[in-house]
Amino acid sequence: MTAELVRGQNHPLSQARLEIRISAGTPIVAAAALSDENGRIHGVEWVAHPGAPTQPGLEVSRQAAADHRLAVDLDAVAETVHRVGVLLALPTGGTGPVRFGSVAAPFVAVTGLDGAEIASYTIHGLDAESAVVALELYRRQGAWKVRAVGQGYAGGLAELLTDQGLPQAQQLAGSINEAVAHGLARSVQAPPPRTADGDRSRQAAAPALGPDQAGAAPQPGPVPPVSPYGGQTSGGPGQTSPQPPSYPGATPDPSTVTQPSAPTAGGPIDYSHPRRQNAAPPPPPPTAPPAAPGQPARPVAGDATGWSMEERLYNQVWGMFEDLARTTAAYRSAVDFAESRMDKELEQVLSDPRSRIGGQGDAAREAARARHAQLVDQAREALDRDLAQLQAEADVVEPALPPAYARWDNPVWHAYRVPMEIPMALRLGDLHLPEAERIRIPMLVRLPLERGLWIDSGRTASSDGSFTDAHSLGRLAMETAVAHAARLLAVYPAGEFTVHVIDPAGSGAQPLAPLVQTGVLAAPPALGAAGVTDVLTRLTQRVDLVQMAVRGGAADALPPGFDTAQQLLIVNDFPHGFDDRAVNQLRYLADEGPAFGVHLMMVADREESSAYGPLLDPLWRSLLRLTPVADDHLADPWVGHAWTYEPSLVPPGSQVLQQVLAQVAAARTKYA
Amino acid sequence: MTKGQAISLQKNDGGSLTAVRMGLGWQAAPRRGLFGSRTREIDLDASAVLFADKQPVDVVFFRHLVSDDGSVRHTGDNLVGGVGQGGDDEAILVDLARVPVHIDQIVFTVNSFTGQTFQEVQNAFCRLVDETNGQELARYTLAGGGQYTAQIMAKVHRSGSGWTMTALGNPANGRTFQDLMPAILPVL
Repeated sequence: MTAELVRGQNHPLSQARLEIRISAGTPIVAAAALSDENGRIHGVEWVAHPGAPTQPGLEVSRQAAADHRLAVDLDAVAETVHRVGVLLALPTGGTGPVRFGSVAAPFVAVTGLDGAEIASYTIHGLDAESAVVALELYRRQGAWKVRAVGQGYAGGLAELLTDQGLPQAQQLAGSINEAVAHGLARSVQAPPPRTADGDRSRQAAAPALGPDQAGAAPQPGPVPPVSPYGGQTSGGPGQTSPQPPSYPGATPDPSTVTQPSAPTAGGPIDYSHPRRQNAAPPPPPPTAPPAAPGQPARPVAGDATGWSMEERLYNQVWGMFEDLARTTAAYRSAVDFAESRMDKELEQVLSDPRSRIGGQGDAAREAARARHAQLVDQAREALDRDLAQLQAEADVVEPALPPAYARWDNPVWHAYRVPMEIPMALRLGDLHLPEAERIRIPMLVRLPLERGLWIDSGRTASSDGSFTDAHSLGRLAMETAVAHAARLLAVYPAGEFTVHVIDPAGSGAQPLAPLVQTGVLAAPPALGAAGVTDVLTRLTQRVDLVQMAVRGGAADALPPGFDTAQQLLIVNDFPHGFDDRAVNQLRYLADEGPAFGVHLMMVADREESSAYGPLLDPLWRSLLRLTPVADDHLADPWVGHAWTYEPSLVPPGSQVLQQVLAQVAAARTKYA
Repeated sequence: MTKGQAISLQKNDGGSLTAVRMGLGWQAAPRRGLFGSRTREIDLDASAVLFADKQPVDVVFFRHLVSDDGSVRHTGDNLVGGVGQGGDDEAILVDLARVPVHIDQIVFTVNSFTGQTFQEVQNAFCRLVDETNGQELARYTLAGGGQYTAQIMAKVHRSGSGWTMTALGNPANGRTFQDLMPAILPVL
């Protein structure tokens, strides 16, 4: 049983050989000092420190560390020694913290040799101190006891040692600091401290909305509209989504291919994450420069957790998304409350007979309105403060995004090179809220796609209230689909993404031109009923084949020359050219395809297939609906705001799409 | 702190307290009988209810772990308790600076979801901690606290430009925070 000591409290020690475990959030120096019955340290040889780590009965570590284990043998210390002090200090001369008040409270525990804790003490309440006497082991009537001391010194080790009567305090403190500096120089770089922006709640937020909520009953309150992220980010941002069952060659990673990932027979189980071979810690994320007092920290791109810059940016974007959702929720909630309170107060004025006399009613109405205005102003002020911070963050994050996350007008696309690895996620467009028109959150979905996409060419009121006519909407939808498909082709390594097109009436020829002309399609767009049947049959067979191979544990039995790339099928003008059999095949692909590397992108007006009745409802539901024009149909996974989605389109007149696709085509020729 | 005592969360140096944590800890029920697996688990739950002008606006509990505005966060439901050595088994973190402007009171409650009274629960406590420095502001021992299944623990409320905490410690009965609403309203 551990005794949790508070300052000044003591506890008996029954063993002579002890370990003192120390943990702090940051590297610290640990030393132990012997002193006589009056608490005096007689000389430098009475102190065990990094420069002289061993003294009779004492052993400390040679360098500064966040965790220490000091060894103490009370039987081995001299008779004249009455106290053993455990001293902690912050290393000097570095870039680290200079006061204990700015780091987590150090924790000290006295344990037996078996590791069982005898007593522990968390040193709270330190502020400007840079050295502290944590514990004291002392003789009392022939036995040893431990006392929680917690005496800090703003003057550091020198002041601490002087206080304990050591004549050479200054010199010893100097030599300890020097020894520590040497130790630091040869040790692994300590992780950087939490950035000034650590008060943002996102680190804690990300995991909290995943498994915890998934397993719990639905939240009270209105059911959010349709969350586009339901299937895709069930683990919440920052968590790796479950890997679809992979089959050899489906993933580009050579190491994954050689690992028995599918349920193949025999072989040891590999517990490593299939996409993380690198066990070395990631390079530290960029940290924000220290903020001026009273100012929010300046935002930095990549200022989030992750094993790579890509993952950090992904998490940062999701963090911004959540922050914007929540700060807007706070604002809307406050405004709603202000309005309902004003309504209630105005009603009271109406029903109060006294208000009919003189100006009393007017005054009461005025007061109610003023209270409303005041609260709304306060709420707006809080919102504006947060929006300014998010805007500043967006301003640095957006230019730093890699191609897969970047808008088409980002210069990063001009420096485009065919990648060697599949990115984590893909930008499908931008999201924004009416309260913050200027802040555009990149809408990132994980790759490989876990749901098909549906580019809705049906009539929707665009956000500016105007209706785009059916013909141009259909064309816009196809252009949007082409932009998404081109982006997918561009962010996959050469030869690992194949695009098929079904365009039964040939109506999509013009928007499809960039894909057709650059030669990145697997085959020319399939025309007519025959073309529909042919493509669907081949893709259905493919899913069957891979499914059988994976389920039968014979993944290596796929025919030679089998195309292991991910497949995307773009279907224009559905259900034109589809017979019942083709519709069934399409539904099969929508259900089974994503797990076996076949994805759908429907460019369709749902009205046109209304003849099928509810038969197709599951199909539409299984797809992520996107629009070719701005439309507020997407909900965030936290509060369920309706976000306005805008697709990522190539700026008018830009040739970037053609240039990128030309490179994809060139790399493909080389690869084949 | 004693019952009913109010402390300002304004720090001495003028800075205001920015984050508080409500921690709840208890000891899991001992396994008994021949069938070790047939334990009678004890599930205590911590909740925080956000009020604007005495109207409940939002609540953070095991089914809604983050308030919509993100300022109040529950670290997750613990269904069985801990080893009873003083650590928090459930915690609710409040970022006071981010609480929406119209929220003027936050009430913390503890419920016994599995129905045991606090008399039957061992080593149960709840406490409020200044999250910035780990200092404990208030602590209640629930164990042996009588034939109650719930407690209205404390409230933090706006006063001036900062926040004040009032220790309540009122015993009550109920399975979740909803059952406690009649008991909460008088303390607002």
